[in-house]
Amino acid sequence: MRRVLLIAIPYVWLLALFMVPFFIVLKISLSDSALAIPPYLPTLDLSEGWAGIRNFFSQLDLENFVWLAEDDLYWKAYLSSVKIAVISTVLTLLVGYPFAYGMARAPEEWRPTLMMLVILPFWTSFLIRVYAWMGILSEGGYLNQLLLWTGIISTPLTILNTPTAVYIGIVYTYLPFMILPIYSALERLDGSLIEAAEDLGCSRLQAFWLVTIPLSRPGIIAGCFLVMIPVIGEFVIPSLLGGSGTLMIGKVLWEEFFSNRDWPVASAVAIVLLLILIVPIVLFQRNQQKQTEAEQ
Amino acid sequence: MSRLSWFNTVSLTLGFAFLYIPMIILIIFSFNESKLVTVWAGFSTKWYGELVQNEAFLKAAWVTLRVAVLSSTLATVLGTAAAYVLVRGGRFFGRTLFSGMIYAPLVMPEVITGLSLLLLFIGIGLDRGILTIVLAHTTFSMCFVSVVVSSRLVTFDQSLEEAALDLGCSSAQAFRLVTLPIIAPAVISGWLLAFTLSLDDLVIASFTSGPSATTLPIKIFSAVRLGVSPEINALSTIMIAVVTVGVITASLVTKRAMVRQRQDEMAAARAE
Repeated sequence: MRRVLLIAIPYVWLLALFMVPFFIVLKISLSDSALAIPPYLPTLDLSEGWAGIRNFFSQLDLENFVWLAEDDLYWKAYLSSVKIAVISTVLTLLVGYPFAYGMARAPEEWRPTLMMLVILPFWTSFLIRVYAWMGILSEGGYLNQLLLWTGIISTPLTILNTPTAVYIGIVYTYLPFMILPIYSALERLDGSLIEAAEDLGCSRLQAFWLVTIPLSRPGIIAGCFLVMIPVIGEFVIPSLLGGSGTLMIGKVLWEEFFSNRDWPVASAVAIVLLLILIVPIVLFQRNQQKQTEAEQ
Repeated sequence: MSRLSWFNTVSLTLGFAFLYIPMIILIIFSFNESKLVTVWAGFSTKWYGELVQNEAFLKAAWVTLRVAVLSSTLATVLGTAAAYVLVRGGRFFGRTLFSGMIYAPLVMPEVITGLSLLLLFIGIGLDRGILTIVLAHTTFSMCFVSVVVSSRLVTFDQSLEEAALDLGCSSAQAFRLVTLPIIAPAVISGWLLAFTLSLDDLVIASFTSGPSATTLPIKIFSAVRLGVSPEINALSTIMIAVVTVGVITASLVTKRAMVRQRQDEMAAARAE
């Protein structure tokens, strides 16, 4: 009896607050927008009995998805989200790998402290970390002040409200997600393997390419997915740093819902976003599974 | 290799500079006299004074704190139960669906979670307020708690539980007296994770909150959209300080607990 309760409570909770809402989104994405409360049609009317249910299903259609396909705003937003996610993942890897490598090669007694210093920003509010860059990147901001003062540039650069600012913001906020899996892969790496490669005539760089990188590959893959998947649906960074010129699907969904109050289209945007994310999520889960199996 | 090569020194220095300089600048300019955040005009703590008098912020902070305490506690109970069921529960009907529902919210974009929960709350006619935010936060953070706790459950020696059962414990007693003390550090870090996730959340709270309950991130976001302001810098500094103290304390406590555990284990090994 107790076991049944232990299973049932979290199970029912997730069914009610995760599964059911998902089907509601699916249903509303097939509905029509209307000037009513709630602002969509049809609504299920059970008082009419079976005919009401049949009538309800006959009114559902794929109109919103056709609309998404025809209006190029949405396609561009999806494409640009994926593009921004891929580029920023590569950038985060380029910054994060040497960082993780340095940590793994640091004296052992330093490592817990270094680790804590990497995790600390992660516990700090995401919003605040993005906000911090607004003051740095704006036209009269600290970066432009510094560059003007040193004479590197003579007119201030426009960085805030451009895709560049979005890239900087993403690399900054998602860096710990890249560093930690790579670090844990590199830390476990047996140093004698690199020595063996060097003894066998590899230069240090060759040993790095031929031994270190392949052995840290699971960490690299995990880190890349951990950055890329959430960035595709990111909302805060593009809306604070990206300005009106940066198109990302998370922002489009938000505006569709809060500004245009078009719930059916917002729901359809969400469904398509999920379909796009399924591929990387499945690949990621397979990678994680392979890794756990390899460890066992 | 005990010494750092110059390459590693440079990459670590640059890396940590990149991670910390933005926050240090933020903190320094929270003590700026001028309203213009980017121009230094002398030391002042007046923005902290204004912050303390800003009732809207204080009210939002109080809402946020209540939501965080409630949702993280609920999430810890539910998440620990879910982890226990997944690791020790054996086979039951719909197990795959259950584990799928535990992992899916971890990678679900926040905009989708927020939208779907809002549509549910409207569908069942639940008024948006503190309750709906708590329900939403509990749902996604229980999954994080469950992942943290189950990773601890997987590694610990099940024969300890079996020994307790053999010695006459009921399964509830075995859980309370043996399992819970062993997984306690993971449960606590799960609670802390759920707590900070809730404090931090803007997107899901924006969807699920109503006019009666605004959280601090929502307030900060609407203020920040208009540009950088010294008051927000002051608020951020306070939040950074609280988190820093919290994280350092937590890590010292776990370090001490680990040292004690190791001593116990060594004593036990010697006794054998």
